Amino acid sequence: MLDRAAENILPPKPGVGYKPQHFSNILADPDPVSWLEIHAENYMGDGGRPLAQLRHLAERFPVSVHGVGLSIGGEGPLDRDHLDRLRNLVSWLDPASFSEHLAWSTHDAEFLNDLLPLPYTERTLARVVSHIDQVQETLGRRMLLENPSVYVEFAQSSLDEIAFLTEIARRTGCGLLLDVNNVYVSCVNRRQDPQDYIRRFPHALVGEIHLGGHDEDRDDTGQPLLIDAHGSEVVDPVWQLYARTIDFGGAKPTLIEWDNDVPDWPILAAEAARAAGILAPVIPAGAPA
Amino acid sequence: MNQSDFRAALLDPDLPVPTGVTDPEGRPAPRRFNVYRNNVTASLTEALRQAFPVVRALVGEEFFTAMAQVHLRAYPPRSPLLMFYGEDMPQFLRDFAPVSHLGYLPDVARLELCLRRAYHAADAAPVAVDVLQALPPDRLMAARLVLAPAVRLLRSDWPVHAIWAANTRAAPPPREMRGEDVLVARPAYDPLPIVLPEGAGAFVDALAKGETLAEAIDISPEFDLTATLGILLSANAITRIQEEAAP
Repeated sequence: MLDRAAENILPPKPGVGYKPQHFSNILADPDPVSWLEIHAENYMGDGGRPLAQLRHLAERFPVSVHGVGLSIGGEGPLDRDHLDRLRNLVSWLDPASFSEHLAWSTHDAEFLNDLLPLPYTERTLARVVSHIDQVQETLGRRMLLENPSVYVEFAQSSLDEIAFLTEIARRTGCGLLLDVNNVYVSCVNRRQDPQDYIRRFPHALVGEIHLGGHDEDRDDTGQPLLIDAHGSEVVDPVWQLYARTIDFGGAKPTLIEWDNDVPDWPILAAEAARAAGILAPVIPAGAPA
Repeated sequence: MNQSDFRAALLDPDLPVPTGVTDPEGRPAPRRFNVYRNNVTASLTEALRQAFPVVRALVGEEFFTAMAQVHLRAYPPRSPLLMFYGEDMPQFLRDFAPVSHLGYLPDVARLELCLRRAYHAADAAPVAVDVLQALPPDRLMAARLVLAPAVRLLRSDWPVHAIWAANTRAAPPPREMRGEDVLVARPAYDPLPIVLPEGAGAFVDALAKGETLAEAIDISPEFDLTATLGILLSANAITRIQEEAAP
């Protein structure tokens, strides 16, 4: 039996966002997928098939719990009930990782079901830091914070996104989840250079990488506006950016996110295989299998 | 910009884009802000579509989508558990004038909510038939039949199960608009709605409220007890037989 603590991290290999329609495929032949990520909120019922499947999968695969409803960037206090549900899930499942977003989704107890943007200021920084402190204290573990896809700028923003994320990690001790598709989407939308973003990112803090598909639209001036959609293949420029990311930071657990128009398993597995091809040459010897 | 302004403009397309929300050159950017408007509207509409497939079939896709947008503005989610979003749909449908001619629609929505609540309810081991049968009649009558957490009872003035079945399993539409008492149970992982025999709704309701078997029979109109117990047992709806401690 392996040491529990050593086992309980995500391997620097490909994982996929778990979808119930892939349950049998994953049990029959998961290759090249080494771990699974779930959306926390989908497993907060009291029982039934979702929890039964999760218990079953967790016996065979490292599981990452990815929250989409905590509203860490919200102006108001965190939802205590939701935090308790999260503590309950994390406590029985004992996942290999827990992550959430630099975004807000709840306002005055209304849940808007989108990852909404916040200005980057000293005030919002202090608020996010206090929320992450509260999450990590409640869960009794370190979390990863994910960089967002953004479509707008805020006149009041005074801090650069990378500086904002780095300072949050410094003050709270949290790690970062680097979504390379979000980097690409946000940089195109902000008319910044994604290569430069990746070059400047604090890779030592990154505990997980996300890859996903996006849609293309036009902004008010007719220039490209990319929309994070998780409903298609990862595009070539994002794969290239991912390869650069691995050059800088080394092999990292890498998730293929495909949440809408979910494809048959072989298509998703092929995306994971493409990530495996980029990771394989750089996985350090002696890394957890 | 504060989040109140942002939230207000998200759900009201007639409001202007909040001040200070711009494109990279600092210009107002309604198309960019509309990405968030669309995300919120589309994702909540999708949550309602998934929650109410039969309501959707009854009113049609296009009508449902338009109605969902009115609903989500009147009743935005109050929790991040979107799997339970739509608890207010029956009330919404009762008040929504364009569907006032479809009197059964609120109860169809109630049935769909029962099915979803049952799907996510706690697991419970069922009582075996022989355990029930082994109990002497006087002890059985004094006992309480504890229903599984997944069990729901829907007492409707409409043939709500027949309408549901006609839209999910190609069953014939109901021939007459008679009320039905529907038990929703979860034999394994898939919720199952079952029409109860005439009069058995009051009995199951009494069991759910914790009455003893004798009391539950007593307050119910005449009904087929054997058939009803058979339904409860075969649907794994009884999880425990609770006997009073001896005085």
